[in-house]
Amino acid sequence: MTEASVALGTMRSAERGGWPRLAAAGRTMFPFAVVGGIWEATAHAGVFPGKLFPPLETIAATFVRLTLSGILPHHAIATLLRLAAGFAIAAILGVGIGLAMGRSRRVEDYLLPLISILAPIPGLAYTPLFLLWFGPGNPTAVLLVGFVSSFAVIYNTWTGVKAVKEIWLRSAQAMGASDMHVFRHVILPGALPYILTGLRLGLAQAWRILVAVEMLASVPWGLGWMIFGAQQFLATDVMLAGVFVIAVIGLALEKLVFKRLEDFTVVRWGMMAR
Amino acid sequence: MNISPDRARSLRRAAVSLIAAAVLYQVVAWSGYFPAVLFPGIPVIARTLWRMSVNGTMLLHAAFTLYRVLVGFVMAVLLGLPLGTLMARFQPVERFFMPLVSALMPIPSFSLVPLFMLWFGIGNLTTILIVFYAATFPILFNTWSGVRAVNPLWLRAAGVMGANERALFWKVIIPGASPLIITGLRQAFLRSWIAVIGAEMLAASQWGLGWVIFDAEQFLQTNIMMASIVMIGVIGFLFERLVFGSIEHATVVRWGMVRQARQ
Repeated sequence: MTEASVALGTMRSAERGGWPRLAAAGRTMFPFAVVGGIWEATAHAGVFPGKLFPPLETIAATFVRLTLSGILPHHAIATLLRLAAGFAIAAILGVGIGLAMGRSRRVEDYLLPLISILAPIPGLAYTPLFLLWFGPGNPTAVLLVGFVSSFAVIYNTWTGVKAVKEIWLRSAQAMGASDMHVFRHVILPGALPYILTGLRLGLAQAWRILVAVEMLASVPWGLGWMIFGAQQFLATDVMLAGVFVIAVIGLALEKLVFKRLEDFTVVRWGMMAR
Repeated sequence: MNISPDRARSLRRAAVSLIAAAVLYQVVAWSGYFPAVLFPGIPVIARTLWRMSVNGTMLLHAAFTLYRVLVGFVMAVLLGLPLGTLMARFQPVERFFMPLVSALMPIPSFSLVPLFMLWFGIGNLTTILIVFYAATFPILFNTWSGVRAVNPLWLRAAGVMGANERALFWKVIIPGASPLIITGLRQAFLRSWIAVIGAEMLAASQWGLGWVIFDAEQFLQTNIMMASIVMIGVIGFLFERLVFGSIEHATVVRWGMVRQARQ
């Protein structure tokens, strides 16, 4: 009997714990169900040609087929590698230039005008130019992504270094810290929330631009290229499966990569609240 | 006034660096290391820009691009502002739209260009819708966080002083949320400016600054490409500084919600 009541008790508490979570999941899923239902109804009503407006089950089937045959993963990996390469350029260049500009008045004076002229031009406008200079393919795509996304990193790093409180620097110096020490233990951690914001913005920008660059730069593999190629064959299901993968990767980059990095550094140091 | 020599030095250095960059570019162009077609000198670019402005083609390209951006942007404002406000004020609305918004937001607008081309054809409609898609989310998201961030104390104070719902909304919530709303509009414009160029490269015909760059590439007319890039930069810069700068001055800066920005 005691066993039974204990079992009942745990069941109750499990229920109690499970219900709100289930309800929350239901609430999150509900809008998708509504939109999915509308999509299905439109697709099956035949208002638009089925080729141009495929029902969800066709898109899902295409997604599974492309994933199993390895085509979709191949495209996705090519895109991610390109993103990583371009973003690495932007991160190294951007943080380097930003730190130099924040620390040295001279560097700031010389570089800021150039950057303020180049930054507001949409990166995509340079695409055809880069295509002519570097030819179609990977170098153009990677360089362009790196170039475009470095501005956000430069700006934020620069602001971050300038935002480090003067009094922290002076107190560290008064306590006998060397320049190297001040840089590593005061300036870098102090500027890090800004630098991370810059990297985050830069990555988001790199991601947005990369898809377009892949469409324009005729790279051999890549999600943007896949979508663009599928258009020639009216393969709307392939295009939508591609858009789905792009959305998932975009969300994952934002939620997994940077949330983690932030938790691990600035949140842990207590510089930023969750 | 004691910063004056400092400022003068900054300006001098800015001039030095701009002139050095221009000279460097010009020297590379003259050196013949790159074929002249691919690397036109600054005078050539300036002449092209002048010629195309005088005969009106560049202005017409710019007008088409601006038309697409503005229509898409206004549509995004018309959707984003009310929906963002509703989401912040009414929980059921928020619960319904928030998951959709967070699922759609990370999709780059460019990835939809080929799809929209199939659905809506090549031309204005596709480019306008891409701009609309790109601009909606920053506006929506910032309006939502702006309205939510309005200090509840202000609401209660206004309520106690007898403000009705209407007055509360127009006199407290909207001004209170405006710094973030304006940030959202700014971000949205930057994004739509990028989006329209990309969309025009892929899905426009005959007119538009993005289209002319892409078209010029086919004929190796690097001077036209450079001239349009300059045009794109200038228009983007003017909008950012003049339009949004003055909106900010007329509203949030005047109301003392934010301090005047540097520069």
